[in-house]
Amino acid sequence: MRRWIWTGLLAVLAILAMVVVVGCGEEEETATQTPLAQATPVVTQTPQAEATATATPVERGPKEVILATTTSTQDSGLLDVLEPLFEDETDYNLKIIAVGTGQALAMGERGDADVLLVHAPSSEMKLIDSGAAINRQLVMHNDFIIVGSQDDPADIEGMTSADDAFAAIYDSEATFVSRGDDSGTHKKEMEIWQKAGLDPEGQSWYEQSGQGMGATLQIANQKDAYILTDRGTYLAQSENLDLVVLVEGDPIFFNVYHVMQVNPEGFDLVNGPGGAAFVDFMISDEVQAIIEDFGVDKFGQPLFIPDAGKDESELAPS
Amino acid sequence: MDLILDGIREAFRIMASGDYSVWEIALRSVIVSGTATAIALLFGIAVGATLAFNEFPGRNLAFSLVNTGMGLPPVVVGLMVAIVLWRSGPLGDFRLIYTPTAMIVAQTVIAAPIVTGFTAAALRNLHPQLRSQLYGLGASRLQMLWLVLWETKLPLLAAVMAGFGGAISEIGASIMVGGNLAGETRILTTAVVLEVSRGQFAPAIALSLILLTLIFIVNLILTTVQQQERRS
Repeated sequence: MRRWIWTGLLAVLAILAMVVVVGCGEEEETATQTPLAQATPVVTQTPQAEATATATPVERGPKEVILATTTSTQDSGLLDVLEPLFEDETDYNLKIIAVGTGQALAMGERGDADVLLVHAPSSEMKLIDSGAAINRQLVMHNDFIIVGSQDDPADIEGMTSADDAFAAIYDSEATFVSRGDDSGTHKKEMEIWQKAGLDPEGQSWYEQSGQGMGATLQIANQKDAYILTDRGTYLAQSENLDLVVLVEGDPIFFNVYHVMQVNPEGFDLVNGPGGAAFVDFMISDEVQAIIEDFGVDKFGQPLFIPDAGKDESELAPS
Repeated sequence: MDLILDGIREAFRIMASGDYSVWEIALRSVIVSGTATAIALLFGIAVGATLAFNEFPGRNLAFSLVNTGMGLPPVVVGLMVAIVLWRSGPLGDFRLIYTPTAMIVAQTVIAAPIVTGFTAAALRNLHPQLRSQLYGLGASRLQMLWLVLWETKLPLLAAVMAGFGGAISEIGASIMVGGNLAGETRILTTAVVLEVSRGQFAPAIALSLILLTLIFIVNLILTTVQQQERRS
C-alpha cells in the first residue's frame, strides 16, 4: 500500500541528485562568501581598500587557485578576512587548504597547489633551489612564545632564552605538547631542542598531537601543559585558554611568513597567473594595511606585523 | 558546566539568527550525503541482486568483501580518493579535488558497501520459491527484479538509513578530499572540527545539534513509513 510514499521518497532522492548537480556548478562560480568564523577578529575595512583594488582581469584558464598554507593563518582568522577580498578583486575562486607547513610544501612540490603561504624559511629555500617554487616574497612576521599553566612547574616564567626554558622543562619532566606534524612550528620546536642539546622524543611527558596549532593549544590547555605556539594563534584563542605567556623575546622565536608560487612550468595543471595574482595580492599595500590592523581592535595588538618589501636580513634579529 | 549551558544557549541563538551560516552548511551536508546515498543505492541494488540471485564460484568471497567494505575506515577511503583526484593523481585533469563532487565520490564509496550488504542480505532471505513462482507467472527479468525489490522494501529502507547515516556522520574522507572550504565544501562534521580547533565551542555545539537533529528526522521519517507498512 501507500505507493505514493515510495514514489515520494524516490522523487525526493531524484530531486536531491539534480540539486547537487546544478548546485555544484553554481557553487564553483559564485562561491558564497560566508566565512564561518565571524567570531574571530574582524578587521575594519580600510578606506584604501577600494582605491587600490586594481582587479586583475582574467580571461581564460582555470578559475581556481589552491592555496596551501599553515594552520596558524587559518586558526587566527586572517584568511577569513582576505579570502573574500581576493575573490572579489580577481574573480578567482580561492581554495584554502590549511595544513602544516611541511605538508603545504609537499603539495607545492607535487604541483597539487598553486601558491604557498608558509613559515619555515630553510625548508622553503629547498623548493626555490630545486625550481619547484618561484616568486618567493616576504609577507609578515610574528613570534613564537612558550605558554603554559600559571603553576609553571618547571619555573620558566620570565626566562629569555628558549633553550634554557626547554632544558628546564626537560629536567622537570612537566608535560609538553608538541605539534609533531612537521609544521613550521614543529620545525622551530625541533630547532630549539637541538640548540638545547636535548632529544625529548620517547619521553613519557612529551606528547605529540599531530594536529593544527589551534587544536594543539586546546590539548595543552586541557593538560596544563607547556607548548610552543605562534603568538597570533595564541592571541586569537586566548579567551578560551587558561594558558599564560611564560617565555618570549628570544631571537630564535622569530617567525616569518613567505608567499611563493608553485612553478607553473613544472606542472601542466598549476595556475600560474592565479598564483602570481595571489602573491601580488598578499604584498599589496591594501593587504599589508589589513594585516597591520588585524586583531588590534580585539587584542590591543596586531597578530602579525606586515613586512612586504622589507629586507629580511635586517628584519631577523641576530 | 558553564561551557555546556552557555554553549547550548549560544547554539540556539546561532541557529535562530542564521549566523555562522550553519543552515547553509547543514543543507550542503544533506545534499552531499543524500546524493552519495542515492548513488550507493543504485550500486547496492545492482551488486546486491547479482550476489544474492546467482551461484558462482567465489560468491562467498564476494560476500566477505562486501561485509569488509561495510566497515571501511573513512580516512582510508579519503586517502585513496584523494590520491586519485589530486592534480598529480591519475584523474587530476578533471580538477575534482576540493569540490563537493569529490566528497560525493568519497561518501559513495563509504555508503555503497553498507547498502550493498544490507540489500544482498535482504534479497537472500526472500522465500526461495518466490522467484520461480514469479517466472512461472510469466514475469520478465526486469519485472521480476522490480517485484522482488518491492517485496524487500523495508530492509532496503534500512539499507538507505544505514548508508545515509554512515555518509553524513563521516569526516575523515570529506575533510581530505573536500578541504573544508568555507561556502564550498564545509559540511557539518568538518565545520565542527574546525570550530573546536579554533576554540569556538558554541558554534561547534550548534552544528552538532543540527547534525543530530538531521539524523533523527531522517530516521523518524523512515521508521514511520516502516511502521505504517507493517500495520497495513
